[in-house]
Amino acid sequence: MINKKKCIAMLLAGGQGARLGVLTKTRAKPAVPYGGKYKIIDFPLSNCTNSGIDTVGVLTQYQPLELNSYISTGAPWDLDSNTGGVFILPPYVKKGRSEWYSGTANAIHQNSFFIDKFNPDYLLVLSGDHIYKMDYNAMLKFHIQTEADATIAVIEVPMEDAPRYGIMNTDETLRVTEFDEKPEKPKSNLASMGIYIFNWQKAKKYLQEDSEDKNSSSDFGKDIIPKMLGNSEMIFAYRFKGYWKDVGTIQSLWDANMELLEHSELNLHDPAWKIFSRNPNQPPHYVGSDAEIKSSLVSEGCQIYGTVEHCVLFPEVTIAKGAYVKDSIIMQNTVVEANSEITRAIIDEDVVVGSGCRIGGEEKITVIGQGVKVKNNTTIEEGEAIEPDSVCILNQCVEDSEVHV
Amino acid sequence: MIKDVFGLIYAGEENHNLRELVLARSVAALPIGGRYRAIDFPLSNIVNSGIRNVGIITQKNYQSLMDHVGSGKEWDLSRKTDGLFMLPPFDNADNTGITRGMSDAIKGNMSYIKRTSQPFCLLMGASNIYTTTYNHMLKKHVENKADITMLYNVEKREVDDGGASRDLRLYTDEDGWVTEMDYNFKYSNSNKISMDVFLIHKSLLEYLVDRSVAHGHYDFISDAITKNVRNLRILALEHKGYVGRLDSMNAYYQLNMDMLRDEVQKDLFYTGNPIYTKIKDEAPVKYGVNASVKNSLLANGCVIDGEVEDSMLFRGVHVGKGTRIKGCIIMQESDIDDNCTLEHVIADKNCHIRKDRHLAGDLSYPSIIRKGSVI
Repeated sequence: MINKKKCIAMLLAGGQGARLGVLTKTRAKPAVPYGGKYKIIDFPLSNCTNSGIDTVGVLTQYQPLELNSYISTGAPWDLDSNTGGVFILPPYVKKGRSEWYSGTANAIHQNSFFIDKFNPDYLLVLSGDHIYKMDYNAMLKFHIQTEADATIAVIEVPMEDAPRYGIMNTDETLRVTEFDEKPEKPKSNLASMGIYIFNWQKAKKYLQEDSEDKNSSSDFGKDIIPKMLGNSEMIFAYRFKGYWKDVGTIQSLWDANMELLEHSELNLHDPAWKIFSRNPNQPPHYVGSDAEIKSSLVSEGCQIYGTVEHCVLFPEVTIAKGAYVKDSIIMQNTVVEANSEITRAIIDEDVVVGSGCRIGGEEKITVIGQGVKVKNNTTIEEGEAIEPDSVCILNQCVEDSEVHV
Repeated sequence: MIKDVFGLIYAGEENHNLRELVLARSVAALPIGGRYRAIDFPLSNIVNSGIRNVGIITQKNYQSLMDHVGSGKEWDLSRKTDGLFMLPPFDNADNTGITRGMSDAIKGNMSYIKRTSQPFCLLMGASNIYTTTYNHMLKKHVENKADITMLYNVEKREVDDGGASRDLRLYTDEDGWVTEMDYNFKYSNSNKISMDVFLIHKSLLEYLVDRSVAHGHYDFISDAITKNVRNLRILALEHKGYVGRLDSMNAYYQLNMDMLRDEVQKDLFYTGNPIYTKIKDEAPVKYGVNASVKNSLLANGCVIDGEVEDSMLFRGVHVGKGTRIKGCIIMQESDIDDNCTLEHVIADKNCHIRKDRHLAGDLSYPSIIRKGSVI
């Protein structure tokens, strides 16, 4: 028997992030790179470590390979521990049946036996889709103080945005009286952040009931919480103040990266709450004698000889002499050769942009998928999204297999 | 093959030519290259060769070295069998805690050497900075039935007048066998300089060390090696890449400045054999609106809003608005506030230069700011 745990975390990392288009063709949304060296999942994982939660189950489903190899033993987050650690939990075949995770609640339900092994008092349910720094321990304290059955983290959003969120209506003690999923006429602006703490035994009962309900979509927000409210269970809203961002679309991913270049509320340089990640082991980045870098984030192993303005550069990016990169996000190991110009683009990992290319424009965001080869003197119009591993010659992009040299 | 080799790094060397930088740390723990310590290079070279058993002999001031190397996890040396062994001084009949030289230190740690399951010892110092693997060395050693195989590079190296040089210069015949050696000699006409790495069978090592110490000679190179040039078959192999030697303040400064050069970066960092070091999980470097950086290396965690030229910035350095830094080495977590000028300055860890300060050294005598100073 493993030592009893007070609280363990289950991290939902199976989301496809379909609206991220070519960026999530080969990886799940939590594995999407962000902020010059991180992946989105680094944030909830680091929050766990910094909050003293040492046992994390990571539920994967969509394109798990990149995520699995990234998380591995959990050592970068200090989660390779004897008494807890990180556990990757994909769906699997059971005796006589096999099923995918059909919803967030179903994913947890299918892993009840895993949670029971730790016999926790409390279960923290997280999503791997958001960028934020949060002390889950403070939330757990609140949950215990209020003697809640469930606590939902909420953040104030502008009233006009409220119809896009799950909105909590509460009384003055922050007890949730009503839950409105994407209400047309919101009564409050407290949006659910998709972060829950449950008394595990109570949650287990509801998850079991839910699994027997054929009409349920097995979602925490849509099914479990309303059912608990219907039974007058004690559900409280925990107010979170600070930076919180869902990077579900190309625009929001681009915005979230660009916000880091201003005086962002999200301070990545804070030694007291570090965001851990798997480090690529590269030397410091080199800035050449003719290089210009302004208002940017630049990571280790980069070699900059050209001009970089208002960009986020991941490790091992090369910007050759005469190249000009502006308002863009350039991911790991991408090379931009001489005299190319890139404006307002998201360029994925391992891309080669030849010399004399023009990519993107001032209006729409251009996206270039992983491993794309852009041959010399190619123009890619703004707003285009190039599939991973394509080859772009002149003004045409084709899938790699179709190219015969 | 390479499984028959264990590494032994002698990190006990003292060198007061490095002035304030070695007051509280050994040469092996010297911060170099923006995010490394000197020992990262020999340690990574060993690991990249496929050697899985490494001992590190330490002497004084080894706290920062222990802190850096830890369990050896970053070098993949935290292993169930073999792995990393820290060999600090301890007190027994053979090891009185203070050793009088490398032979003495090796003798003191003979129990570790005897216990290793590998017959060949790759013995090296920690103050030579280069990137290679040692597999070819073992191959040549066995093929040629050498007693000792060592590496050298060809370099015209000025000996500064303080007699700081401790270069071991080699003379070889056309087959690479060493015929003569000069140690500590100012007017040698050989440009073949030893890289302080020796492949030797451990029984021969034990014999040489025992004999030397029994005669009251405690240095390994000057006593055990140079005196036996004619009795031993010593094979010398040339290393064509860059070699930096941390034997004086000028050499330390020069090594860091050399790393700004393209060909040196290629030789040290982009050979396909990565240099591992302790991970600090710093954010990428943040450049402000007023930043202007030329010909410099910057490690993660820096926040730059001033001008930086020809400089090496370690992790977590802050450079304020209006500040100009030229030809400097600024170590970890140092803050330089607004409107300062720093030229040819080496600022050790955790320094704080308040605004409007002007500090300058000379290219030939960089000014050093001690660890933790507030100016």
